[in-house]
Order: sequence, then structure tokens, then C-alpha cells
Amino acid sequence: MSKAHDVLVDPLFNTNPIALQVLGICSALAVTTRMQTAVVMAVAVIFVTGSSNFFVSLLRNRIPSNVRIIVQLTVIASLVIVVDQVLKAYLFDVSRQLSVFVGLIITNCIVMGRAEAFAMQNPPGLSFLDGVGNGFGYGLILLGVGAFREVLGAGSFFGWPVLALVADGGWYTPNGLMVLAPGAFFLIGLFIWALRTWKPSQVEAPEA
Amino acid sequence: MLRRLLDGVAPRFHKGGSLERFYPLYEAVDTFLYTPGMVTEGPSHVRDAIDLKRIMSLVVVSLLGTVAMAIYNTGLQAHRAIEAGAAPRDTWQTQAMEWLGLSFASGDLVACLVHGALYFVPVLLTTYTVGGLWEGLFAQVRRHELNEGFLVTGLLIPLTLPAGIPLWQVALGTSFGVVIGKEIFGGTGMNILNPALTARAFLFFAYPAEMSGNIWVAAGVADGVTGATLLAGASEQGMAALADVSWWDAFLGFVPGSMGETSALACLLGAVLLVVTGIGSWRVMLGVAIGTVAAAALLNGVGSVTNPYFAVPFWWHMVLGGWAFGTVYMATDPVTAAQTDTGRWVFGALVGVLTVLIRVINPAYPEGMMLAILFMNVFAPTIDFFVVRANVERRRRRVSLP
Repeated sequence: MSKAHDVLVDPLFNTNPIALQVLGICSALAVTTRMQTAVVMAVAVIFVTGSSNFFVSLLRNRIPSNVRIIVQLTVIASLVIVVDQVLKAYLFDVSRQLSVFVGLIITNCIVMGRAEAFAMQNPPGLSFLDGVGNGFGYGLILLGVGAFREVLGAGSFFGWPVLALVADGGWYTPNGLMVLAPGAFFLIGLFIWALRTWKPSQVEAPEA
Repeated sequence: MLRRLLDGVAPRFHKGGSLERFYPLYEAVDTFLYTPGMVTEGPSHVRDAIDLKRIMSLVVVSLLGTVAMAIYNTGLQAHRAIEAGAAPRDTWQTQAMEWLGLSFASGDLVACLVHGALYFVPVLLTTYTVGGLWEGLFAQVRRHELNEGFLVTGLLIPLTLPAGIPLWQVALGTSFGVVIGKEIFGGTGMNILNPALTARAFLFFAYPAEMSGNIWVAAGVADGVTGATLLAGASEQGMAALADVSWWDAFLGFVPGSMGETSALACLLGAVLLVVTGIGSWRVMLGVAIGTVAAAALLNGVGSVTNPYFAVPFWWHMVLGGWAFGTVYMATDPVTAAQTDTGRWVFGALVGVLTVLIRVINPAYPEGMMLAILFMNVFAPTIDFFVVRANVERRRRRVSLP
């Protein structure tokens, strides 16, 4: 029981895939200008990491070791296609905004990494929890970055105006840097700084 | 008197004293006013009167001409615009001018200086206050002494900004420059990017509306008079935009632009002081000049039908925008430039080439100096690495080991 708890909760802060392992950065930069896209992307990745871990783990004793990457990719790709079709059917606007980044979940290092590193050695239930936990760790950073970028860069939150913009007669001048990709880089950097101040064990030893 | 006062309070700040936590602040005030009591002794050390504080003080002295020009020209440009028919800005500066009974005439030296100072000084005070607070905070938390790097950075930042910039943006940009540009790398001497340029780059990308267009002149817009800089004009019309302006005006600095960047002459005088005292690297400065001449000459030769900016010769590139200011004060930053002599040549030349390339080829950025220097800051350690490797190889060949 405690192990299940660990694999689910650790990726949130202790072994966060973005903040500690620095994986999945490309999509974290691309889809976080608006909260709506960030949430949809987070949910999609949670679904894919959880399910792919589960199915890869089910098959783990049947997969010949020398073709395991191909099998993992097939599983992940099938799941991503499912996500893509569902988004196109029910959330067409968001799907258009996410454009290629839904398809690129296949190449998201987090999904592949967990399948290879965890699901190949652990039973399906535990693997599922690990995948979901890592998906949530990824989603957490995505939502944090997305919140700052949308509020500071556009003065809104989930599309609702929260800061009155100068253009509409208010007082807030939107920060253009937040809309550009470097803004997300700075935010992720600041998150990592804050996290490592809170948990000093994550600080790497200086190189000699 | 001052010395006795400082010595009198000194025990409180030393170990065990009631104000021990604030030793860095005491130390900063003390050594800023007096040469440190601890000097190098013993024969094995080179003794030199110059330390970081003296270097920074000399850089500040070399900037004084630029500051004077910044104050005068800010007022002058505003008054010229007003004489051309623009309305004075509806700000407290204008009210202060009216209260003082000063005219808005461009020929009135005192009025120009006062009007310019009313814009320049608040920006300067803002950078020093905000930057000083961050420096003090980091010095307290990290328990090291406050150092003087910010004395120069805080003076450079206002000089790179337009006169009409809102003060809260100045505060935000300064915070970004000091914290992200310097402190997170470990403070003065550890930064890879020039903090003053980092601050400017932040504002440039975050608030493009406030960093371009009609903010260069501290007055309203007159009909038929553009508030844009000469660079923006050159970017659109090439030499045609420069036809109304004499090269000497641009060299002396009586043109619109960021507050401190317009006068190439003031920068040149500062450069002489920096080179004579050995603080600024003449290799970097000369390198930038050579790179600019080469790139501009190449583009002049190539020519372009669609982009008139191609035809702007190098002597115009050197007096327009932030070229002179960047070359003298930004590119030569001893921390972020290359550290080896050969590396400095390469570093400078590439800054010059990139500046012209960005200005001319990229229509989105009529000014390339800031981006070129920041970009080369990132590459400076790589340049040094190859210079050092080449030296190691040469010496290895000389001893001809098997």
C-alpha cells in the first residue's frame, strides 16, 4: 500500500518529470500560453502515461527484449491516436490550438521513459499508478506555468479577464515576454529554483 | 568626522555585536568612502592601488559625459518637438517646468537641462533603489559583502532606456536584470550575461509598445514629425531617411534615441579614459569596429533592391542607435566578454558583424547592438576555450613530445 502511495505521489514534487528530470520541456513551452490548452494537454498526457504503463506492464513478460522499444511505441502511438480522435470529436477548437502537440505526445520523453524504466519491471496496477503520478507531475508544472503566462501575458484566466487591460481602459499592461517561449523557460527555471530551495536534496553536487 | 563615526559604530557590526547581521551594509558604506583597512602585505603579492571599487568608480567617471548628454538631449529633443507643433506631455514634469517658469525653447540651455533631468533622474533613482534593494537582500541572505558592480549597472540601465518609459517598468526591468541576469548565477563576476542589457532585453520583449514607436521624445507627437529614431527610419527607407540629418548631429548626439546612446562623441571620450586607465579592453572595441566595417562594406557591395537598409555605410552605422554606447560600455564588460586577448578580438569582431546583420537583414529589429552583445556573451566562454586549446597545442608542438 505504501509503495502504491509512493509511486503515485513522488512524481508530484520529489521526482517531478519536468522540474527534476527536465523531460517533456518542448510541450511545456508550446501549450502553456493559455490555461485551457494546458489543462487539456495535461489530461491527455495523464491518460496516455497511465494507460501505456498499464498495457506495457501487462505485456512485459511476452515482449522479446530486442524489439521492446517498437512494441512500447506501438502501444503509446495507439493511445495517442485515441486521444487525438476524441479531442477532434468533442473539443475541436482546443484540438486545433494544440495542433501537432497532441501527436507529439508519442515522442514525449516522459511517456516512453516511464514505460521503459518502470512498467517493464513492475506489475500492471503499480505501473498504472506510476504513469498517472508522472502525468500529474507533468500537469502540475504545466498548470503552474500556464497560470502565470495567461494572467501576466494576457490578463485573463481560462479566458476570463482577471486584470483590466490598458487597451480596455484598465490599468494592466500585458507582459509580452510571457507569451513568448522564453517566458516559459524563465518560469520553469524559477519553479525549479523554488522547488530546490524547499527540497535541498534535489540540488546536484557541483561539478569538479 | 565621518571616519570617527564609522569607527564608532564598527564594534556593533563585528562578530558578537548587536547588529552583526547587517555587517555587509556597514562594510559597503565604509569601503565605498575609504580605502579598505586590510591591504595586501608581504613580498609575494602584487600591490596595486586599484581594486573593484576603484575600477567601478572610474567607469562611472567615464560615463559622466554620456549622462550630461543624456540629460541635455532629452530636454532638447522634447523642446524641438514642441517647437514643431507637438503638445507638451500631460505629466508632472511639464507642470514642474511651468511652475519653474522655464520655457520650452530648444535654444534655452538651462530649460533643456532641467527638462531632461526631470525625466532622467527619476529613472536613475528607480534603478538604484530597486537594484540596491535586491543587491542588499542577496548580500544579507548569502552573508557576503555588498559589492559595487551595481554602481555601474544601475547607471547603465537608465542610459539605455527611452525618456518616456514608465517608472514601474524600469523597476521591473532592473529587478529582472539583477536577479535573473546576475544574482542567480552567484552575483558579480559569476554572471554570463551583461545585467544591464538583460534588463533592457526584458523590457524590449515584454513591453514592445513602450520600447518603440513614439516614446523616444518626451513630448506629444506633432503632425508630420515622426517620433521614431533614425534607425527605424533607416530600416524603412535607407539613406533617404538620413538625408535631413547631418552626420555630425548624429555623432554629437543631437538626435532622438535612448537617453544615453545618442552621442557617439561622449562615448568616444569615455572610451579614451577607459583605454588609458586599462579598464576597458581596446581589443574588444577595435574588434567591434572592424567587424562593423567589414559587414557593412560587404552588404553595401551586395546591395538590395527591396531593402534600402543595405546601402547604409559603416560610418552611419557607428553613429546611429546604441552602437557607440554598446561598443564602449557593454561589449567591454570584463566579466561577460572573452577573457583572452585573442578571444577579445574574435568576440569584438563577431559583435560588430552580428550587429550589422541583425540591423539590416532582420526587419523586426532595426537595432542589433543589444541582441548581438547578449548573443556573444553566451559564446564568450566557448571562444576562450578554443583560444586556450590552441595555445596548449602550440606549446605541446614546441616541446615536440612523442
